[in-house]
Order: sequence, then structure tokens, then C-alpha cells
Amino acid sequence: MGFIQTVLSGKSERMPRKLGPEQMSPDRGLDDTIKRLTPERIESTIKRVMEKETAGRLRVYLDTCVHCGLCSNACHTYLSRDKDPEFSPVAKVKNTLWEMVKRKGKVDAEFIKNAARIAFTECGACRRCSMYCPFGIDIAYLILVVRRVCNLLGVVPAYLQDTTNSHAATSNQMWVQRDEWIDTLQWQEEDAQGVIAKARIPLEKEGADIMYSVIAPEPKILAQLINYMAQIMTIAGLDWTMPATDGWDNSNMAMYSGDFETMGRVERQHYETALRLKVKRIVMGECGHAFRGAVYDGPKWLTWKNPPIPMVHAVDFYYDLITSGRIKIVNKFKEPITVQDPCNIVRGLGLGQKLRYIMNALCEDFRDVSPRFEHNYCCMAGGGVINCGPPWKKSRMLSIKVKADQLAATGAKVIVTPCHNCHSGIEDIIKYYKLGMHTKFICEILVDAMEIPQHLKA
Amino acid sequence: MYEFATGPLVWVAFILFFGGCGWRLFRMFSMAKKDKVVYPYMSLKHGLLSIAHWIVPFGSTNMRMRPVFTIVTFAFHLCLLLSPIFLMAHNVLLRRAWGFSFWTLPPVLADVMTVVVILACAFFVARRVRAPEVKYVTSWSDYVLVALVATPFLTGFLAYHQWLSYRTVVTLHIWAGAIMLVAIPFTRLSHMLFFVFTRAYMGSECGAVRHAKDW
Amino acid sequence: MQDIKVADSKVAVEDGPPEIDWGTSEKLLADVGEIKERFPVVHEPVVSPDGERFAAPVKIDDGRFTMCVNGTVWDQTFEVLWYPRFSPDGRLTVLVRDDDEWTVAVEGRPWEEKFEYAWNTMFSKDGKVIAAQAKRDMKYRIVVDGDLWSHEFISIRDLAVSAAGDKVAAIVQSVPLKEADIFGFMEGTWTVAVNDKTWDRNFVNVYCPTISPDDRHVAVEVRLDICEYTIARDNLLWNEKFGCVWEPSFLPDNGAVIAPVRTEGSWTLARDGSPAWSGRYAQLWHQKISPNGKRIAAVVAPAFGKWTIAVDDSAWEKTYDDAVLEPVFSPDSQRIAAVVKDRNRWTIAVDGVPWTEEFDMVWDPVFSPDSSRVAAKIERNGRYSIAIDGKVWSRGFEALWNPLFSPDGSSLLVKAVEDGKYYRRIVPAYEIL
Ligand code: HEM
Ligand code: HEM
Ligand code: SF4
Ligand code: SF4
Ligand code: SF4
Repeated sequence: MGFIQTVLSGKSERMPRKLGPEQMSPDRGLDDTIKRLTPERIESTIKRVMEKETAGRLRVYLDTCVHCGLCSNACHTYLSRDKDPEFSPVAKVKNTLWEMVKRKGKVDAEFIKNAARIAFTECGACRRCSMYCPFGIDIAYLILVVRRVCNLLGVVPAYLQDTTNSHAATSNQMWVQRDEWIDTLQWQEEDAQGVIAKARIPLEKEGADIMYSVIAPEPKILAQLINYMAQIMTIAGLDWTMPATDGWDNSNMAMYSGDFETMGRVERQHYETALRLKVKRIVMGECGHAFRGAVYDGPKWLTWKNPPIPMVHAVDFYYDLITSGRIKIVNKFKEPITVQDPCNIVRGLGLGQKLRYIMNALCEDFRDVSPRFEHNYCCMAGGGVINCGPPWKKSRMLSIKVKADQLAATGAKVIVTPCHNCHSGIEDIIKYYKLGMHTKFICEILVDAMEIPQHLKA
Repeated sequence: MYEFATGPLVWVAFILFFGGCGWRLFRMFSMAKKDKVVYPYMSLKHGLLSIAHWIVPFGSTNMRMRPVFTIVTFAFHLCLLLSPIFLMAHNVLLRRAWGFSFWTLPPVLADVMTVVVILACAFFVARRVRAPEVKYVTSWSDYVLVALVATPFLTGFLAYHQWLSYRTVVTLHIWAGAIMLVAIPFTRLSHMLFFVFTRAYMGSECGAVRHAKDW
Repeated sequence: MQDIKVADSKVAVEDGPPEIDWGTSEKLLADVGEIKERFPVVHEPVVSPDGERFAAPVKIDDGRFTMCVNGTVWDQTFEVLWYPRFSPDGRLTVLVRDDDEWTVAVEGRPWEEKFEYAWNTMFSKDGKVIAAQAKRDMKYRIVVDGDLWSHEFISIRDLAVSAAGDKVAAIVQSVPLKEADIFGFMEGTWTVAVNDKTWDRNFVNVYCPTISPDDRHVAVEVRLDICEYTIARDNLLWNEKFGCVWEPSFLPDNGAVIAPVRTEGSWTLARDGSPAWSGRYAQLWHQKISPNGKRIAAVVAPAFGKWTIAVDDSAWEKTYDDAVLEPVFSPDSQRIAAVVKDRNRWTIAVDGVPWTEEFDMVWDPVFSPDSSRVAAKIERNGRYSIAIDGKVWSRGFEALWNPLFSPDGSSLLVKAVEDGKYYRRIVPAYEIL
């Protein structure tokens, strides 16, 4: 940048003072890793990212931001923490990237630790703020650049890093062994047959129409969801398959820890598995970030403009099943119910209308949220924040009070969360703010609401 | 001094302004190419839709959430862009130098627009001092920028009303105007150049790729 | 990363077991409709490389599973049975469970050794050697032809069996890791085990075991640090490190290794660590070496979102937006065919020129022995057929397996289900053309 620009963007503010537990927590991934940093390594890493790994967008965004603060109202962390200015989107960039650029990479280890805290635990990369900035500056992208720097320096919250390590070693998010995966599918198939005699999970069926992929928490802790999908697929009469090899997990936390090489490897595996199985499309379970990783960030790094095999999100898929009459609804959900618009499929794919169509089709007493659609608040679990683990839970809860208020205002008893992160995140919110609600996935409601033709019953 | 200001300085200022803008845009286009996704993602339709929603007052959710600010900033930018171009005095100079001129504003209106810009600048400063979320990200450079924008209007206003030594004030005015012009490509005032492009990119990524609105 | 299925099916198709009957023009081998009526449950069938056997897992009346081969069931039955796979030499293998113990059954005979779990049956190129992964006492093991390796591991991921079966290599975790031990992980817990012997050092990660065609060397991708990767051959690392690497492959001459490597955000091909190609690509993978060992073709993206094939560092002019799959060399090494996809339609491109016909799906191309023709299984409107040199056969089938050219190239072995019956036919190529 020009000389005048450099002078004029000079900042005088210092980094934040000592932080309390509502913001900073002990975390080996930050505390122990920064001890190994040297000033040279920090400087060369920042330079590498600024000069080699980023280009037009980063420079133009940094030069264009007029420091107007108009993005603050967008951010749930800012709104939840009594409009603490430190939590406005632009402040997060100021305390991280601006300083790195201004000091030309000459920042110390403590600075990196703070930058990691801000980038990993105080921003959910939900992109709401880019709809509020008059220039459309993509703050979430800038925050991911900070995460990239931290990742290259090895400074990543331990739980999130462990998840990425799992992706790197096993291609799935939760260290699921290959035999455990197959075994779980076979066991879920048997369970599904308890309800629908002919239910099947066809493994490794080359040439099937659909490959169904899930995220690792499903086989690990929520295996019944796979059984539900087997029931739904069977009733809808679809030709589908699931892989018995790696490549079944569509999630991608490496995208959020800044390890783009691992992110790319995971997505390559996922799509090559679908290409190997010769399917025409991939249907994925109810997850938001997985959609983002599998359709945008992952393919982008691998230089696919669009995924090589079309990827259909569960919400889109259910919508088709219901509107086409493949699934008939006979037993609507009765209790007052509301819905979470997951950022990555509503702001990220525009599925808000279809989601509401499904809610109304499945439920008698659907109560909408406000704000909604693209303007819905993130749940603060996404973007890798919940994966930063227990040390950061308190901070995460404080950062998401608006969501608690928003949900309480609906008067609903149940919240549908078609995203795994939202599901866990909102479950945490419910407990922390004592909302007395509980969360459900769409498929849980769908299997109870759908008609099971007599000849298929077990 | 006065001769220099009305002569070579104006030339230098305009050359730096246009040259600088051209250079910044050229840099932007070439850096955007290195950012693999920018060009492939661009969509004319969604880019224009997004720009349309953000240059029309109250066209976006955020503008509706902050009505006072929206009115001020639109008044500010409108007056800022229009008044110097259609000012009688400027057009007289233009005709003398180049032999052509634009339609000109009635002097009273020009006066009012000038005051609007000055007041808006005062509003921006007040906001930077008072609103915590703005104060937090404000540095001295932000005040300098507002001052840089306000001075040509202030001095122009003084010159027009001939309240102080006309010759001195006009000289000051031309210097201030020249500095502001040159500052546009080389400071954050370059948002004038980038606005359409950042907006168009976000509009395209949201609309064409993510099937969502960004307003 | 690479799975055996590609290897085994293709080996069978390309080399073809020698004893194929090219004389009988049609054999009706199984009545699929009747089989579906006879058993309450029939799973996806497989057919033998020579097309003589049609086999499907079936559930019999007592709720147990067995294989139904050309309409006749095995004597042996099992609690659970799945993953039927013919070895390249034509033996039928399945994974079976009985009394809660898993093993591999070959032609109905289970291996003596039983496991908590067994999976991923793999074959040598000639089909003589059968390997699988297994778990016992929560530890992971490799089984080769029914014999267990003596070493057990915390985990095993990818597995490779060499062409002649002399070597089996696996990516293994040799050091246990406590929960969320991010430091232990970075010190290295993964390594390579070859024929029951483990390399003497560990890596952060190891991927894609690859064995040289002469069975002598093993190469893998290794990860040394957060974003530092290279290739290791027989436990020796390349001197150069890269931002990322993909699958290695062996050149025929004295075990040299090539692999795609990423530096400064773009990809090229490296040989033993030094640049082999000078072109820089947005992506490069699935490099293949011609049968004569002289040419290299790979899938590349010359620009973002544009895919094609590069042959000896020179990319085909025409690119495809969706995908290009791995290149296939003709037997004479002169021609290259690949599956390509644009605007969600599939076809085959040969030497840079796509067929004019497009399909809902297309399978890997197969060259005739004299390299003059390219055939592929295709799908349109839910029916399967064969296309040769871009021309689609007028007949369609309910199910079809990859075609195989006869040694003189005059006819094809067509394995298909038509009107509910499985036929093995020898069809003259001119009938399709
Ligand atoms: C650089 C070359 C410039 C020259 C030679 C110039 C010259 C002048 C002159 C001679 C006057 C008339 C004073 C009078 O009425 O007697 C004037 C007024 C004015 N100028 Fe400029 N100017 C320049 C740049 C600018 C710029 C860049 C701006 C603002 C963006 C600006 C804003 C104004 C305004 C607002 C007034 C009149 C205010 C009023 O009517 O109340 N000028 N200028
Ligand atoms: C067509 C061109 C322009 C567009 C679309 C534009 C747009 C914007 C926008 C979106 C903002 C953000 C905050 C707000 O709405 O106030 C802004 C702020 C600002 N603009 Fe412009 N602008 C343009 C030209 C200019 C020019 C030519 C100048 C001065 C030379 C200028 C001076 C300013 C200043 C000083 C602010 C900051 C207000 C603050 O301190 O909060 N703008 N502009
Ligand atoms: S959490 Fe969302 S709104 Fe807040 S800064 Fe991050 S991307 Fe922007
Ligand atoms: S709204 Fe945009 S321009 Fe204003 S401070 Fe936020 S990021 Fe910067
Ligand atoms: S977890 Fe859900 S709400 Fe939160 S970022 Fe992801 S998709 Fe958004």
C-alpha cells in the first residue's frame, strides 16, 4: 500500500488487558504451543499468509473498511455481551489482522494467543456481518485468514486441533475406526428392520442413484439417525448406498482450524468415494458446516468450482420427498415447535423457505423465530467454536444470550435444528439459560409423522 | 502562492487523482486474479442486485435499523459528490480552462449542500467520540480523514461568503481540495473506488453461489 | 485413498483371465426373477471376471445367509454375509459372521482364523493372494490368505497388495494416543508395515501405500508437520518438502517415484523430489504411466474449475467444468481415454476429443487389444448399454458389467441382465458399431 495509507491506518490502541474466565480459558492448544514460537517464525508465517496465500480480497477488504462500526449490530457475540465493543466484527479484525499487517508480522507470542482466542472462540464465521457491512466485507473470511496463521503456527484450541487430527488420520471427525463404521451401519440396518421389514442400508452399491453421507457424530453417538434415514429411504423407494470405506464423513473441522491441506484431503476422499460408487448425487444428513465444507470451501481449495457430484442437503431432500408425495405425512407433531435456521444452509444455501415448508408439513403448531431466514442469529456452535471444547463453553454461552432470548420468545417447547452443531449448541443454550425446551432433528419428527405402508411394516 | 494554487497545483492534483485511481483499480483487478475464486464467482445480475439494494436509501436491513445514520450518510454522500461538480464557481473555472461547463446549482442550494456536508462531518466525529463500537475502532487517522473531507467545504464556504481574506481562503481552499482529491486513491477514501466491486463480489457470492440475499 | 475395487475390477477387465470361452455366443446362466421369488431377501449380485458365474447373497428361510451362484446355493450358511467379491482368478470371496465372529470365506470355506471383525478383502493382481483387515481383542491385524501377521496395531487404515502378491503394505498406528493428545499426535504415531515388519520411524500421518510393479519397493505420502509433506520410499524420505502431496507412483526404471506436489499454491509433478514437469497446475492428481513406461498422463486443472488431462506436461485443449476421472492408456501406449463430466452430463474423451453422445453415467473406458477402439458401459434413462467409439449400442439392459474385448478385438464379452435373466454373451463388435 501507499505510504500515506500506511501512516493513516496507524493505530494507537494496545491489546486488551488481562482477561477473565468469561473470555479466556486455560487451553494446552494455546498456552503450551505459544511457548515454542519464535519472533522469526511468527513473522515469516504471517508474511507467507499475507503475501503468498491471500490476494485481492484480503487487500481490498483491509483498504476499504472505513471503521464505521455498522457491522456490530450483526454479531450475536456483540449483542449478547451488552454491546461490548470488543466483540463487534470489525473489532475482531482490528485486534488481529490490522495489527499483524501494521506491524508487518512483528507480533509476539502472547499476541498470537489472543488472536487465536478471538478467531477460534469469539467468531463463529457465520457471515451475518457481511450482510450488515455496507461494503459487503467478508469478515468471516478475514477471521479464517487469522485462523490460517494460527494453524501454521500450531496455535489452535486443543479440542479443535484434535478433531482436525482425527480428520487427518481417519478422514472422519471422531476417530471412528473402519470396522466400527461398517459394524454400526449393519447394526442400524437391523434396527430399522425392526420397524420396516424390508429396510436396508445397501453398502458399496456401485451405480446407485444416491450416496448418503453423514458426519461422524452419527455413527459415534447418534446412530439411530442412520436407522431413521434407512426407513425414510426405504419408504420413499430410493436407490441408495453408503460407502463401507473412508469418505463417508462429509464434515470438515480442518476447514475451521485453518488446516486447508487436511480439509482438501478429506473432501477429495469424500467425492472420490462418490465417483467410485458411480452415484448421481450425494444426499447429506442434517448438518450446516458439513455442507459448507463439502460444497464451498473444500471444492474451492481443490479447484472444483462446483462439486463434481451434486450435493443435496437433507432439508432440500426432505422437501422433495414431501412435495413429490414419496413420503406421506399422517401424524403431525403436536407440541409448539420452532426452528433454527442454520447459517450454513440458510445464509449459505437459501433453504429458509423449504425449511418452513417442511415445518408446516410436519407440525401442527409451528412458531417462527424472529429474526429469521438469512437474518437469523448463529447458534455460536458453528465455525468450529463448539469444537474448541469444554474450556470455552462458558465464553460461548455468554456470547449467545440473544439466541436464548430469541428462542424463549417463540413460546415453543421443541426446537428443530437441521444442523449437528446447532443441535449441540442449542442444547447447551437450553441448559445454560434454563429454557426448558429440547432439540430435535427433522428426521426424528419425520419418522414419527410419515405413513408406513402396510406391506412394509415389520 | 495563489497563482501556483490555481495553476500547476490543480493539474498535479487531478493527475494524481486520476492516475492514482487508475493504478488502484489496476492493482485490484490483478490481485483479484490471484484470488482464484473472485472472477469465476462474479455474476452480473447478483452483483447489480446487491449494489442496487445498497445505494438506495433504506434498501438494506441494516439501513432500516439505523434511520438517522442512513439519512445523514446519504445526504452527506449526495452533497459531497454533487455540489463540487455542479458548483457555479468551479464551472466558471472549468469554462475558462477548457471552454465547457456543466449545468450549475443555484447558489443557495450549493450553500445548503455545503453546510450539509460540514454538519454530516460533525456528526461523524461526534459518533466516533460517543458511540463505543465506533470509538473502539477509531484512530487519529479517522479524524484526519473526516477533516480532510470537511476542509474543502469549510474553506469553499468561507471563500464564497468572503468572510475572511478572500485570496488567502481561496488559496487554502484549493490546497484543501487538492489534498482531498489526492487522498481518495491513497487512503481509506478509496472506498469510493472499491465500493461497487466489494459489493458486487459479496452480492455474487451470496446470490449466485449461496442462493441467499445480502441486504 | 485408493481403494482396491478400482484395481481389482480393472485388472480383471484389462488382462482378462486366459481361459475365457470366446466361442459360445450366448449362455443363460441365472434366472434373476426366479431367484428373487425363491428367497425373501436377495442382495446386489456380482459376476465372475469370465462372466460364467452370477452370484448374489440371499437370505434363506431359516433367516441365515448364503450365496446363490447361478441359481444354486452354497451348502454353507452364515448369520450375516456380505461384500461378495470375485478375485481376479475367479474365486468367490465373501465376508461372513457366525457366532458373532467374522472371517473371510473363499468359495464357501471360511478361513480358520476368526475375528471380532474382518473387512476390506483385497487381491493381488493375479488373484492368487487374498488379504483382509481384522480386529481381535480391540487390536488391529492383517490377514493374508488366512494367516495372521504377528504384529498387532492400534489402528490400520489403507492397505495395498502387490501385483504378484509378494508384498502387503499397510498404514498402521503403532503408538497409542491418549484422548485429545495433540502433542503426541504431532510427534508421530503412524507408520508403514510391510509383510509384518514395521518401518523404524513414525510420522504425523501416512497415506496411500503404493507398491512398485516388480513388488520390490513401497512408497507412501508422509506428513512431517502441520503443513509439511513429502514422499517416502522404502523408509527413506525425499530431501524436498512440500505444502502438500498426493499419491505416489512408480516408474518402471529402477524404482523411481513420481508424485504430485504442491508449492506456492499450485501443483506440479515431481520425480524423486525434483520437478519432473515444469507446468504449474491448479490441481494435479491420478497420474498414470503408459504400459511401455515412457509416458505419463494425469488429471489436471489448468485453471480454477477447469479440468482436463495432461500428457507429458502438455494439457488437452478442451477442459471440463465438473470433473475428469483418471486417464486410461491404450495397450500400445499411444492413446489415452478418460471419463469426463460437464454440466452434469457424462461422456468419454479420447486423446482430447469428447464423444458427441452424453450419458447419465459412464464407466471406465476399455481399449481393444490393438488400441484402435474404446468401449465403455453407459447408462441412459435407467437402462445400461455399451458404447464403442462414441456410438451407442441399440440394446439396453437392466444390469450390465464392464465389457471386455476378445484378444483379436473382433468381439466383446457382455455380461448383462435382460428381461430378468442373466446372460453371458459374446457379441461381435460390428453389431454394436
Ligand atoms: C482542486 C481544485 C479546486 C479549485 C481550483 C476550486 C476552486 C473554488 C473556487 C474558486 C471557489 C469559489 C469561491 C467563490 O465563490 O468565490 C470554490 C468553492 C467551493 N469549492 Fe472548490 N475548488 C477546488 C476543489 C474543490 C473540491 C475537491 C471540493 C469538494 C469536494 C470543493 C468544494 C467547494 C465548495 C463546496 C465550494 C463553495 C461553497 C459554497 O458555495 O458555499 N472544491 N472552489
Ligand atoms: C460513489 C462513491 C461513494 C460511496 C458508494 C461511498 C460509500 C460509503 C459508505 C458505504 C460508507 C460507510 C459508512 C456510511 O454509510 O457513512 C462511507 C463512509 C464515508 N465516506 Fe463514502 N462513499 C463514496 C464516496 C466518498 C467520497 C468521494 C468521500 C470523500 C472524499 C467519502 C467520504 C466518506 C467518509 C469520510 C466516510 C466515513 C464516515 C465516518 O467517519 O463514519 N465517500 N462511504
Ligand atoms: S460471529 Fe458471525 S457476525 Fe460475529 S464476527 Fe463472526 S462472522 Fe461476523
Ligand atoms: S461495517 Fe464494514 S466498513 Fe464498517 S467497520 Fe464494519 S467492516 Fe468496516
Ligand atoms: S452451527 Fe448452525 S447456526 Fe451455527 S454456524 Fe453452523 S450452521 Fe450456523
